[in-house]
Amino acid sequence: MNANAKTENQALSRTVLELDVNNHAGVMSHVVGLFSRRAYNVEGILVMPVGNGETSRIWLMVNEEARLEQMVKQVEKLEDVLAVRRHGATHEVFERMEEYFR
Amino acid sequence: MSSNKTETLSGAQIVVRLLERQGVRTLSGIPGGAILPIYDALSQSTLIHHVLARHEQGAGFFAQGMARATGLPAVCMASSGPGATNLVTAIADAKLDSIPLVAITGQVPKSMIGTDAFQEVDTYGLSIPITKHNFLVGSAEELLDVIPHAFRLAASGRPGPVLVDIPKDVQNQRVEVSEWPEPGVAVPVPVADAERIARAAAMINEAERPILYLGGGVVHSGASGLAVALAEKASLPSVMTLMALGAMPVDHPLSMGMLGMHGARCTNFALDECDLLIAVGARFDDRATGKVAAFCPQAKIIHIDIDPSELDKVKTAHVGIMGDVRNVLEQLTPQVKAIIRAPWLTRVADLKTNHPLRMPGIDDPRTPYGLIRAVADCLDDEATIATDVGQHQMWVAQAYPLRRPRQWLTSGGLGTMGFGLPAAIGAALAEPERTVVCFTGDGSILMNVQEFATAAEEDANVKVVLMNNASLGLVFQQQTLFYGERIFASKYKGMPDFIKVAEGFGWQALDLDQASDPLAALNVALHSRGPVLIHVSIDMREQVLPMVAPGAANKDMIGG
Repeated sequence: MNANAKTENQALSRTVLELDVNNHAGVMSHVVGLFSRRAYNVEGILVMPVGNGETSRIWLMVNEEARLEQMVKQVEKLEDVLAVRRHGATHEVFERMEEYFR
Repeated sequence: MSSNKTETLSGAQIVVRLLERQGVRTLSGIPGGAILPIYDALSQSTLIHHVLARHEQGAGFFAQGMARATGLPAVCMASSGPGATNLVTAIADAKLDSIPLVAITGQVPKSMIGTDAFQEVDTYGLSIPITKHNFLVGSAEELLDVIPHAFRLAASGRPGPVLVDIPKDVQNQRVEVSEWPEPGVAVPVPVADAERIARAAAMINEAERPILYLGGGVVHSGASGLAVALAEKASLPSVMTLMALGAMPVDHPLSMGMLGMHGARCTNFALDECDLLIAVGARFDDRATGKVAAFCPQAKIIHIDIDPSELDKVKTAHVGIMGDVRNVLEQLTPQVKAIIRAPWLTRVADLKTNHPLRMPGIDDPRTPYGLIRAVADCLDDEATIATDVGQHQMWVAQAYPLRRPRQWLTSGGLGTMGFGLPAAIGAALAEPERTVVCFTGDGSILMNVQEFATAAEEDANVKVVLMNNASLGLVFQQQTLFYGERIFASKYKGMPDFIKVAEGFGWQALDLDQASDPLAALNVALHSRGPVLIHVSIDMREQVLPMVAPGAANKDMIGG
């Protein structure tokens, strides 16, 4: 699959979620638990601390499904999640990581 | 923060002081190694009465009973490992019914976490999916933030359980405290969107066959009076979920009682015909809706809920309003026209006449419905009614004349057998002036029977009405109806002598089977002070009807 075709395919089926979260042990578990209990696979995860490390940013790549709206609402309810932003599948954060997954 | 003189206190002492400042006066739990520092500090409290449960699940349900009766967060405690795992069912139950609970668990010292230490379990990990939020406390200073935060979270928005796991070394850590945080209280939710409320009002004004669908959120929000006022002003026939029973008096002319799997035929038929469904603090649970695609098929939907994730979760609303039910109703009702919908009310009255809830045996106290009616006739609306889970629960939901919000304590979402006795004891501890009746079955009562001991010790004013059909009745019923009458694992071959069991725990006991005048005996038992067991045999072939088969549409009811 060439790069363009791959991007088009992802644009149809994938969403990238960007979460600002408090940075402490257990936050990732809260977030991914919401997906796993619904048997909703998370295709990609990236997490790094931001600034002084009090908060982190979590990038999730997930399949676009009818349940996604409900997933986002559930994620927004988590006490340690400060903000959720949605991006298209073409967001470069995962594309730039691809070289580490060849 | 309020200033005071600087004190050097242990984490355990800080916890107890914060609970006192929070207004906690009764809490329940069981001590064990990893929570002994907190118990040592608790022993010095002159304000907090500790109720020693016989099983941690009992402690969890005592707290639930207190919280359900009062609406305020209640506290349970347990040690690490099995203490914490035994709390899990009660916490999960609180999550599904949105009950404010603060569970405090001891944990092994921080240095030993992750080593499979004695009585170590990943309480934090276990409690993530069954709590609103949870904490693993890293230092004594953190407690000053975490404890009020836990109460704030439990009470705010959609209430729910919060767990605080405190390692033993944190409990023993001594720190200087010079300022105390304010107690954690519910944070007001943003005012609901006025434009959506106006649209909802217009839809109600234009509807010809509207129905008001009340859920547990109406009770949690303290909005029962407002909901009844809306129904009266706009002529809205009203249905209630299991959790909302009591929000509108069941004998109110507009009440159609409980909807769903064991609702009356007239109730489910009316829903099938309605052109507007106004859902207030209800979440379209599958036991209420039946087959979702066939639920209110002709209706537009207004959905009011404090939890944004409930909007559009099961049914897409034409107007979804996020907000506190009380606040929304305060804005909505003035915009609704006062009208009398004569054709619709006439139609509903016809449905009620032609398809009423049938309660065979209502005049015979030795039948399920008759017993429930006889108990109700002995009591007034000040009594609190708890149930366990099963046939007796549904019979009581159908037949007891509930008229007061928070009168009714039942495990709705999780459907936990074993809920009734400890929840009733908790309610009696919270409101000792009330008579608390727990309807239960011979299956459910044995699941937390050890709390008979606690009730006797506390002289809790609970009356347990045990409807004994020597079976797991609802399983028996489903096997009869849906599994070709292959009755398996639902009949008890051995049966304890419940009168002796109760008396052995120090309770008074009445066997209604042996009473020559059951109504008189019942009246005496219900008005005796302290814990009393009332035992009644029920035919195991008795069924809860009507019934919607799991997965079927509500209009396709069996029996009744």
